[in-house]
Amino acid sequence: MVARVQIPQQAKRGEVIEVRIAIQHPMETGFRFDLLGRAIPKNVINNLSVRYNGAEVFRAELGSGIAANPYVQFCTVAEASGEFVFEWMDDAGQRGAERASITISG
Amino acid sequence: MGAPARRRFISVLAGLAAAPLWPGRAARAQDDPFAPLLRKITGGATVNPGRVTVDTPRLADNGHSVPLKVSVVSPMTAADHVRSITLLSGRNPRPLIATFHLGPKAGRPEVATRVRLNGSQRVLAVAQLSDGSYWSGSAEVEVTESACLDAS
Amino acid sequence: MLASSANAAEPQKPAPLKSGVEFTSEDVRKLQADDFANPGMLWVARGAKLWGEPAGSSGKSCAACHGDAAKSMRGVATRYPRVDPGAAKLVNLEGRINLCRERNQQAEPLKLESDELLALTAYVAYPSRGMPVAVAVDPQNRKNFERGRDLYFRRSGQMNMACTHCHDRNWGRQLLGDTISQGHGNGYPTYRLEWQTTGSLQRRIRACFFGLRAEMPPYGAQDLLDLELYLGWRASGLPIETPGVRR
Repeated sequence: MVARVQIPQQAKRGEVIEVRIAIQHPMETGFRFDLLGRAIPKNVINNLSVRYNGAEVFRAELGSGIAANPYVQFCTVAEASGEFVFEWMDDAGQRGAERASITISG
Repeated sequence: MGAPARRRFISVLAGLAAAPLWPGRAARAQDDPFAPLLRKITGGATVNPGRVTVDTPRLADNGHSVPLKVSVVSPMTAADHVRSITLLSGRNPRPLIATFHLGPKAGRPEVATRVRLNGSQRVLAVAQLSDGSYWSGSAEVEVTESACLDAS
Repeated sequence: MLASSANAAEPQKPAPLKSGVEFTSEDVRKLQADDFANPGMLWVARGAKLWGEPAGSSGKSCAACHGDAAKSMRGVATRYPRVDPGAAKLVNLEGRINLCRERNQQAEPLKLESDELLALTAYVAYPSRGMPVAVAVDPQNRKNFERGRDLYFRRSGQMNMACTHCHDRNWGRQLLGDTISQGHGNGYPTYRLEWQTTGSLQRRIRACFFGLRAEMPPYGAQDLLDLELYLGWRASGLPIETPGVRR
């Protein structure tokens, strides 16, 4: 799954930073039909979790009400230099993951 | 009219005065489409309107993808923070859009995403705070169909 | 060959010339301008990956010959469609990518409108962002240009309308909830909210045919290529916006 994540490369300790993720995924609702009239099975990314230096800082349960190619933006407090790990899974069991590093000063 | 009939008549009038001709707020809440789902989510706890702002366009460009941001008034300390934000749709076939779990490390109680809206409707955001209380905010969105059909 | 060499007896272009993005809401404009949130950038990201992957029996990636696309592909998208000398036919950017695959990588052409071809095309066009469309009309593609121009003015479908009726006579006016654009393709491949995915200019033209309740030409049809050329000429000077975002 193609995905992009965005966090600041650097931040000051205690600073509130914005975290963004965009994933290429149709978020198929299960309500659509193909040109032959067959129902296209539901398949959405149903959960997303974000860990910062191992601790979970964000989690989301998503449904078909989230637009295709889902985009999520949230905030977290910059603590120590290290890594953000983004993990998600869809109804079909496909998993995706992305990582990003951050350097903290102060 | 004799005295007993007069008393009966007056008590009937009094009864009519007590029963409102149109439903008050309590009865209207039962017509609230969100009520049954909210009851399930909160376990019956009251949802207080306030503290939650839903920022989304008044007129959506396309129901397939509508930008939406929820922010909550909260100091986001260990003692007082937003635990979760749940998005509900007033018209989608699946009313539960998403639940976002925050916590004190979130810093700012805000989440932004893009939602699918199946026609003009009200979107409700419910925030659960660390003290267990629930707060809500909503926004009305007009959603139109694309001018030309597209089966490309 | 200057793009304006066709001007003398040619139909009027809209004035002032405006990109499709100017007929969208502030939300859509913001989304296109936000390099992270713009959903089309996911295809550019995928294209970047494909650019570096070996393809075909050559085992060579695009990068093996072209290096950094940000430099080597700069300006390329502004010149398409054009006649490819080797193939002696008009090709759009998608077609040129496929010709390169066949000739230089000994790889199968990618299926038209496939995710991979959209991704590569978006990635190849991306370095031209901001540069003006500079499609040339010359003796080699003159016939294509005239065919495209004639198609543009030809009525079709149950609605019996031509492109010009909306995009010359009525741009800026409302069609139900939508504001009609001038019908330029400078943002393609584009992420169209209605499609919930990225699509090519050919897909968008097909969608217009469907809107008129006309038969849609198949992907790769000569009609679509000729129309792309005419539209490219018509959009001369507008900035490439790939990956665009449209309703």
